Amino acid sequence: MADHPVALSNVGFSFGEGALRRPVLRGLDLTVEPGEVVLLTGPSGSGKTTLLTLVGALRAMQQGSCVVLGQELLGAPESARVALRRRIGFIFQNHNLLGFLTARQNVAMALELHPDFGDEAARLGMAGEILGRVGLADFADVVPAKLSGGQRQRVAVARALVAGPGLILADEPTAALDRQSGRDVVDLMRGLAKDRGMPVLLVTHDPRILDVADRVVAMEDGRIVG
Amino acid sequence: MLPLRLAWRQLRAERARLFSAIAGVMFACVLVFMQLGFRSALFDSATALPQAMQGELFLIHPLTTALFRPETFPRVRAYQTLALPEVQVAVPIYMAQAIWRNPVNGTHRAIQLIGFDTEAGAVSFPGLDALIPALKRPDTIAFDWKSRPEFGPVPALLAERGPFQVEIGHRMVEIVGTVALGASFGADGNAVMTETNFRRLVKNRDTSNIDLVALRLRPNADPLTVQKQLTALLPGDVTVVTHDQLVAWERNYWETATPIGFIFAFGSLMGLIVGMVIVYQILFADIASHLAEYATLKAMGFSAGYLRLVVMGAAAILAGLGFVPGILASTGLYRVVAKATLLPLRMQADRGFVVLALIFGMCSIAGLLAMRKLRDADPADMF
Repeated sequence: MADHPVALSNVGFSFGEGALRRPVLRGLDLTVEPGEVVLLTGPSGSGKTTLLTLVGALRAMQQGSCVVLGQELLGAPESARVALRRRIGFIFQNHNLLGFLTARQNVAMALELHPDFGDEAARLGMAGEILGRVGLADFADVVPAKLSGGQRQRVAVARALVAGPGLILADEPTAALDRQSGRDVVDLMRGLAKDRGMPVLLVTHDPRILDVADRVVAMEDGRIVG
Repeated sequence: MLPLRLAWRQLRAERARLFSAIAGVMFACVLVFMQLGFRSALFDSATALPQAMQGELFLIHPLTTALFRPETFPRVRAYQTLALPEVQVAVPIYMAQAIWRNPVNGTHRAIQLIGFDTEAGAVSFPGLDALIPALKRPDTIAFDWKSRPEFGPVPALLAERGPFQVEIGHRMVEIVGTVALGASFGADGNAVMTETNFRRLVKNRDTSNIDLVALRLRPNADPLTVQKQLTALLPGDVTVVTHDQLVAWERNYWETATPIGFIFAFGSLMGLIVGMVIVYQILFADIASHLAEYATLKAMGFSAGYLRLVVMGAAAILAGLGFVPGILASTGLYRVVAKATLLPLRMQADRGFVVLALIFGMCSIAGLLAMRKLRDADPADMF
């Protein structure tokens, strides 16, 4: 168990109280192997996004066991969850870059949280390097408003990966992109993750990108169905 | 430092919003400076008369609330003080208000008359010494050139035609020169004269009753010891006070017995509240329009405390950026207002520090209020 970056067993989660209580996850089990790219699919309302917020320590657990990067999340205090989030790279449906910072500064923000990445100059240097890896070397000092949608999402991928996280969580990273940009973004993500042995848990509706996965997990009504 | 830098970069990105926030802080700053300035000028000008008195000790009626409205006491108290060898001179002072007729347009206005033995050296105003010989003539006065302009262009007329006649209390008197005293909230203008000329002007006044006594002590006498001895010696219809106590007496009246002190404090508070609301609006709008980004930062592992520091950093930056133009504008306005009102209004370092502290306090409260919006930045809503 401890070797798995993500290990869920019998996880249950409900929204609402009393008569309005609505379960979204029911007794769910899932493990992700080191370096594995796992793709979660399923109709909307199947609970895949809720699952992602639990694994990402963005929500408090209700029942079952969820061990992420060695941290048991059931009953974990806020401080432990904040500390765990620093070891996870997040990629959202929208890029959510800070509009008043350049691409390079946005990426460097992810390094500010870790004292071992050195001073400001070292952080900006690392940020520039990874921006080169996602093909944006020439756009490092441009603010997000001057980038295309695909370029912004590539900056977001760079930001998620720059600090060398133990796990990458992505929620519909291609939803707001055209076919080619979306393809570029997931290919980049997969390439960088594979190079560094980072496992990826990716939620998507997009059938065009199913082939990036090592394993596709389908969900329905809060359970894994295949 | 990093949250402060992030706050600055965020503020800088929205120029229009930044400038309106700075203008709001500056507005509050100027308003508070003006209120505190007026308050201080009021107290300075209200105490100009006792400030100008040169005695070490003074006799005053215990029921006197302020010098422009004195209670009288027997003149003989002045002479009783001479029983102590330490008392060198005792100068009785008469005060009254009379109607002044503007020498140019004939309008009426109340003027404060101050009568005393001008040669005794216990009371002196700038410019008085040179006028002492002229004031000995019957029906002469020295006019306070810092009186409000409604009394007429007296200094200009003096320069033009030399000493001339004006009407005070239905009697013609001659202005022989000017002294500097200053208009106050209690008296719009002042005229200084000898005791004898005062009696000529204020006829219905019992001359055996006086309003104030200034005492000069011998050079090596200790005022506090003499004060104790005099208090024991004199009956209860006079109080013996030192010069500082006399000034404090006058100041106390304006501070506590009138709503003026409260009005200025209230005005300052209003300015601070308006400024706080503006800063709050700006900070709130900044958070509200960046909720997704803030939630992303939380998801990346930035603590709620870091984001609170960003908001407080923005508040502190706005306070600093608004204060600098605020104090500059206020210094300029002080000059303009001092010229227009003849009130002693000027920028003082200690007031600057008080306002700086108030402005930072104002922005901090705005920051603390705006900070509550950060709770809406929930990273769980991001997916």
